[in-house]
Amino acid sequence: MLRAKLFLPLFLSLGIITYLAGCGSKQTTKVQTALSVWHWMTDREPAFQELAKRYEAKTGIKVDFELYAPSDAYTQKVRAAAQGATLPDIFGILGEKRDFASFIKAGHILDLTPYMDTDSGKWRNSFFSKALAVNEFSQGNSYEVKPGIYGAPIDIMTIQMVYNKDLFKALGLNPENPPATFQEFLNIGKKIRKANIQGLVSGWGEVWMIDCLANNYAFNIMGQDKVLATIKGEVAYTDPDWVRVFTLFKQMQESGVLAGGIVTMINKTAEQLFANEKAVFAFNGSWCVNVYKGMNPNLNYAAMLPPKVSDKFPMAIWGGAGSSFMVNAGSKNKEEAVKLLEWLTDKEQQAYLAEATNNLPANKESLAKIPEILSQFANDMDITTHPNIWGVSEFPAVIEAFDKGIQTIIIGEKTPEQVAAEVQKIKERELAKKRR
Amino acid sequence: MKSGLYYKTKKTTLNLLIHLLLLIVAVTCIFPLLWMVSSSFKTQETIFKDMSIIPKALHFENYYNAWIEGGFGKYFLNSVFYTVAVVLGIIIVSSLAAYAFSRLQFPGKNFIFYIFMAAMMIPIQGSFVPLYVLLNNLHLRNTRLGYILAMINVGLSTSIFLLKTFFDKMPKELEDAARIDGCSKLGIWWNVALPLAKPVLAVVVVYNSLNVWNEFMLALLIFDSRALMPLQVGLMSFQGEFVTRYPLLMAGLTTAALPIIIIYLLMQKYIIKGVTQGAIVG
Amino acid sequence: MRIKDTLENYAFIFPAVVIFSIFYIIPFVNVFWYSFLDWDGIMRINATNLTWFTNFKEVMTDRVWWQSVWQASYITLIALTFQNALAFFLAWACDREIRLKNFYRVIFFIPPILSEVVVGLVWKWILDGNYGILNSWLVHLGFPNLVKDWLSNPNSALTTLAVVHCWKGFGWGFLLFLAGLQTIPRELYEAARVDGANAWQSFKNITVPMMIPVTVLVMILTVLGTMQVFALIYTMTGGGPGYHTEVPVTRIFASMRGSSRFGYACAQGIVFGVILMIISFIQYRFSKKAKA
Repeated sequence: MLRAKLFLPLFLSLGIITYLAGCGSKQTTKVQTALSVWHWMTDREPAFQELAKRYEAKTGIKVDFELYAPSDAYTQKVRAAAQGATLPDIFGILGEKRDFASFIKAGHILDLTPYMDTDSGKWRNSFFSKALAVNEFSQGNSYEVKPGIYGAPIDIMTIQMVYNKDLFKALGLNPENPPATFQEFLNIGKKIRKANIQGLVSGWGEVWMIDCLANNYAFNIMGQDKVLATIKGEVAYTDPDWVRVFTLFKQMQESGVLAGGIVTMINKTAEQLFANEKAVFAFNGSWCVNVYKGMNPNLNYAAMLPPKVSDKFPMAIWGGAGSSFMVNAGSKNKEEAVKLLEWLTDKEQQAYLAEATNNLPANKESLAKIPEILSQFANDMDITTHPNIWGVSEFPAVIEAFDKGIQTIIIGEKTPEQVAAEVQKIKERELAKKRR
Repeated sequence: MKSGLYYKTKKTTLNLLIHLLLLIVAVTCIFPLLWMVSSSFKTQETIFKDMSIIPKALHFENYYNAWIEGGFGKYFLNSVFYTVAVVLGIIIVSSLAAYAFSRLQFPGKNFIFYIFMAAMMIPIQGSFVPLYVLLNNLHLRNTRLGYILAMINVGLSTSIFLLKTFFDKMPKELEDAARIDGCSKLGIWWNVALPLAKPVLAVVVVYNSLNVWNEFMLALLIFDSRALMPLQVGLMSFQGEFVTRYPLLMAGLTTAALPIIIIYLLMQKYIIKGVTQGAIVG
Repeated sequence: MRIKDTLENYAFIFPAVVIFSIFYIIPFVNVFWYSFLDWDGIMRINATNLTWFTNFKEVMTDRVWWQSVWQASYITLIALTFQNALAFFLAWACDREIRLKNFYRVIFFIPPILSEVVVGLVWKWILDGNYGILNSWLVHLGFPNLVKDWLSNPNSALTTLAVVHCWKGFGWGFLLFLAGLQTIPRELYEAARVDGANAWQSFKNITVPMMIPVTVLVMILTVLGTMQVFALIYTMTGGGPGYHTEVPVTRIFASMRGSSRFGYACAQGIVFGVILMIISFIQYRFSKKAKA
């Protein structure tokens, strides 16, 4: 009896040890070069695998695309790997320019400028300039990074509004004529309320989307220079122009043009609602084309710009590189990695990616086969801007207070003036800390 | 003098009310499971439009597709392996330690025990990074052994706490008898303490199985190669950056929930039937 | 002889101590060290990063941090009372000789088994302000004025989350309470009945005293588990609207992820740990008095 009792755990332990010994970190002594690429883009994994096959057939170099999702987990993994010096040959950096700068300064990112400039800038010029700008650090940037290009974009995107044409008709509006001014937009809100359907949906539970729209309107109301001056600390958030930005959200909520529960909505829910024709408007990025197609291929919708508030300055939307890849400066296969990046961003591969995943290509010459609705997004690339190209970054504590403050305005808890004052207070606190 | 009928009615009404409450709670517990299963038979387009519990068209292929596309074959095996290894490891390591804390004497006993308890209270969120670097330096990164050891540590404090609480209450007579019979300390642990502790051990098994089976973050961090990843990581592949393929995700989640339900079904009779074999506490 | 004895005893705790030291103590010391730094988690650390107690001072004056601690405590209080009362009641109900006992035992444990993903998704769908079934049922049952945007309304968001958390957690308490109840010898109840005690008296004099140790165990585990709630909140409200559903772990995450203030996040973690230790210590003292 005792023997049996001992036998089982002994057997199990032997089994475990054998299994463990057999598997584990594979010490590969491969003869051929292999490149490792870490990414988070679940939707593109099949396309990447296909591209890996094609690359191996062409050059004999094996490419390992490893997917680590979701993007939060991916970021953690990249940071841990940076600390442990185990970064792959190619990877991406999600998040703000400040983090990108830190990675560069810590020596993890290869400077791609020489490669971009060879052949009279052939690689550089193949991209939309705005797409490259997100990966570029200009002369005299505030991050103290040596100027240059440090990443290659593999797609572009814009974030703007879409509207449902069928619901427009149902509301008695002209589906070819989306609201051009903010007041028209608010007026539609009244109609929406009467018809008892939802208005604008967006992932405003994910605060950065609030930041995006607020920023778009800030550019429209006071112009880029004043916005950047505010970030630099030269203009206060209590300035009447900023209070006006905050008030816009109050007006939207009161007019009924915002969907219920928008402040805790995640973007995926917003996409669901819009795809299932439960919302008239959505504020989303060009990736939504792929999402909507999957949930409702017959959705009849079109893209529009956020309706402008003022004529003094142009409306701006966020856009630029969607996803970018960087080369590990400590990689043993640097040259091969750069060549792979050049190939990925080449006309043909970009066209393939655009077709396979319904994302906008970063290569200027690959726009031929994209669907009509996607090209509506691409048309507005010229007026795009992005925090990562401004050369300055706002303090995260201020951004959080700003975005959460707008949430409280929408739920009617605070007034625009109160929020402006609170945000400014935090700004001053952060500035004081920096001066110390 | 109240009649027998009065008491009988009172008892029946009480029973009815109790049953009603039990049923209501049970329904709220089952409902999400039902929704998960019924969603797994729908399609991406109908999943949010079709509100029925039993969809008209049952798309069984979702399970097949989820299995193939999610690479479930190897992930499933990995998860099973990790769960078994970690649970076995924890049972041995924590019961040895808990027995020692409860029944043996050595200097610094209380101090060391309190340190273990403090670990239950100080969760270190930022510890992922130093853990990663540490495992890397020990050459345990991207290895099964490294993950298993890290996961054993995760459940260690709580398991020791549960077991020690039980051992404290264990009647000493049985141990004394065994000692008189010439049993070594290890022998007492194996022959007396562990068998008596079956109910607590069952709780420890369920608790740790759940933790390991549902674990995701540490696995993603420690493992680079997909071949070593557990099931939860595979499930993530259905939650795309932009597109979540809900029916496949639901099929995957249902498949993932089954083994844990089985473990629970197996263990729960030990936990409850503690009447003759001792008790967890009290 | 004594030394051999003591060494043998140490051998028992040796594996646990080794694993614990490597996988907990060492990272903990690192985190402790990081909390004294002004560090973003990426850059190489050098002398300029050292800021001593600045992070801790900031945590102590961070209004949002203490709001999150209060909100987590609120959820924990609801768990301690509502969740455990429900678990106890259900365990008591299942302890009696009723039909379908085994069925209930399995069903009630399903919520803890389900992954946070499923729980978050399903409950978000049920509680949705516009299309959720909860609201449509309320309307059907004739309570249209109770219809709310459960997760987006600042007045209801936190309580709603607390209820969902209770739903997910009561299974454990149920299990432990049931096990405890089943170990009370039936003879005691028989004897009490013979002596003429009614249901309430036997409950008060037999059940309650014998259940105290289990109750203490459940309370301690509840507090520790609930204060550290994260995944549920993150998937259902992200801490919003505003800061109304932020809890300590979501704040730590925000510091690490959003603002890349790794050192500050570690300081928050340490402060949180100290808070939990204080709470546990109070609980422990209280439980000792109750047992006496």
